[in-house]
Amino acid sequence: MTGADLALGLRVRLEQETPIPLAAGFTCGPGEMLALVGPSGSGKSTILRCIAGLHRPRVGEVGCGQEVWLDTTRGRHLPPQRRRIGYVFQNYALFPHQTALGNVLAALGDVPRAARQRRGRELMALVNLEGLESRRPADLSGGQQQRVALARALARDPSVLLLDEPLSAVDQVTRRKLQRELARLRQRVNIPIVLVTHDLEEARMLADRVCILHRGETLQTGTPEDVMTRPADARVARMVNLSNVFHGTVVAQVPGSMTRLRWLDHTLACRFQGGFEPGQSVDWVVPQQYVILHQRVRPSRGDRENPVTGVVEDFVLLGDIASITLLVEGRPDVSLSLTVPTHVARRNRLQRGEQISVSLLSEGLHLMMPRTESDANAATGY
Amino acid sequence: MDWPALALSLQLALWTTVILVPVGIVVARALAWRRFAARGLVEAVIALPLVLPPTVLGYYLLTAFSDASPPGRLYESLFGQPLAFSFQGLLLASVIFNLPFAIQPVQRAFEGLPPHVREAAWCSGLSRWRTFWRVELPLGWLGVLSAAVLTFAHTLGEFGVVLMVGGNIPGETRTIAIAIYDRVQAFDDQTAGTMSALLLMFSFSAIAVVYLVSYRVSGRDGR
Repeated sequence: MTGADLALGLRVRLEQETPIPLAAGFTCGPGEMLALVGPSGSGKSTILRCIAGLHRPRVGEVGCGQEVWLDTTRGRHLPPQRRRIGYVFQNYALFPHQTALGNVLAALGDVPRAARQRRGRELMALVNLEGLESRRPADLSGGQQQRVALARALARDPSVLLLDEPLSAVDQVTRRKLQRELARLRQRVNIPIVLVTHDLEEARMLADRVCILHRGETLQTGTPEDVMTRPADARVARMVNLSNVFHGTVVAQVPGSMTRLRWLDHTLACRFQGGFEPGQSVDWVVPQQYVILHQRVRPSRGDRENPVTGVVEDFVLLGDIASITLLVEGRPDVSLSLTVPTHVARRNRLQRGEQISVSLLSEGLHLMMPRTESDANAATGY
Repeated sequence: MDWPALALSLQLALWTTVILVPVGIVVARALAWRRFAARGLVEAVIALPLVLPPTVLGYYLLTAFSDASPPGRLYESLFGQPLAFSFQGLLLASVIFNLPFAIQPVQRAFEGLPPHVREAAWCSGLSRWRTFWRVELPLGWLGVLSAAVLTFAHTLGEFGVVLMVGGNIPGETRTIAIAIYDRVQAFDDQTAGTMSALLLMFSFSAIAVVYLVSYRVSGRDGR
């Protein structure tokens, strides 16, 4: 965030041991969508509740723009009513006894009657619900309820929008539609939006930045591209479904050019990554899109880039793509995963037990500090 | 037909209900939504009148009301008359005896509110007071209605506790249930029968109304 953004953005820092451990810190600028991603039980919803004032952490600060909503050092904790937040709950939590419009009007506060009605209808139109104003939530579909919840959240004219797994309770088709609408809505409201999701794909599609959470701790915050190709450590790598996480030793550093890495019997060339000393042991990862299958019929010069040979252990067709697990030659205890388009797999007549070779593209090799002993072991041990 | 006894019963039932409905709502809210250490204990105490013989409860109340005990003495020094064998004593006993009827239906109703709906109200800017009137009560009013009707009907038919703490003073503590007993003792089966039929009809209609209303409401709201 720039300085100006910081002045209007959301700042969050939370710490506690019990009842739910938290060690979270992040910022979110106006117009930015930040996705909190993590498995269930990682404290995502608790963080949203802390921002909203529904949960009071032991230690922490939450502020938005010039306002301070929570500052435990000064004993400040504003109730939800005094924080300008829009909150879309996971199950929407609509008022079942009120109409769709009534739900929105309830959040408009003490606006004069005529203006309230006008604003309520504007919000219904904003979320494409014209004509359904007098329906009760029970008579609306999941997607429509979600939109009512969104309109109600926006009715307060919030300075932060909080979305708790907003798309988890709707079917696939509705989800796609709502995702597009959320993306469109973002362009119209210039406030920080914090989205909680366990779906990394959804986070990647919608969010400007993602924040990876594990047991209440923010492990890494960055663009989806960043986090998914350059994870901070082996833990993050596993959480973003990167399976090719290994252990190696830095052999040489050629500043500005490359880093050489010893792995099993291979010496791999990587793009230069500073901050590591020769002789230092590291974790490293190669995302599957940087593992390239060598074509048997048409060898190319590119095949010389970090070549690794092995035997196909597992071969699964998943529609357009085929997922392959390779046992590295001479080391049947080390496996490497890659995906190729199904037609490529067919053309190369891939099958179990077949010997193949691949290149690990040097630009995709990413080195990470091993965090602790247990983390290093948790990689794969190699 | 002992009309003064019926009037007294109705009066007792009305006052008990008027006092207990707000108490029931306050206690039920706390039990439904607050987590505190003694919660189980409080619930057990409230449920006690359901299982305790009315005579046992009546005995303890009578002991507490007597001028030999501090509460009894305090009341007498404040109001210049004893609690035992008075309408006020009867009312107090009735309030205590009906606590489970006034609290439990409301507690169940509040516990059954959709998850996060109160929090959604706070996050929509509604104060706690407004949330109560706009969200909690409209969603939990059936529980409040049940509590009111049950308390009223139950007070009307209460016998054991009334006999213990109130005795059988016409116009002061003789309720319709006592009057029925009194008539049977006097072999006046016809009057006893009439009064019993009246009480039966009233109790049945009260309970039936609660069920009918709750079915209609749940059908309408799709709840």
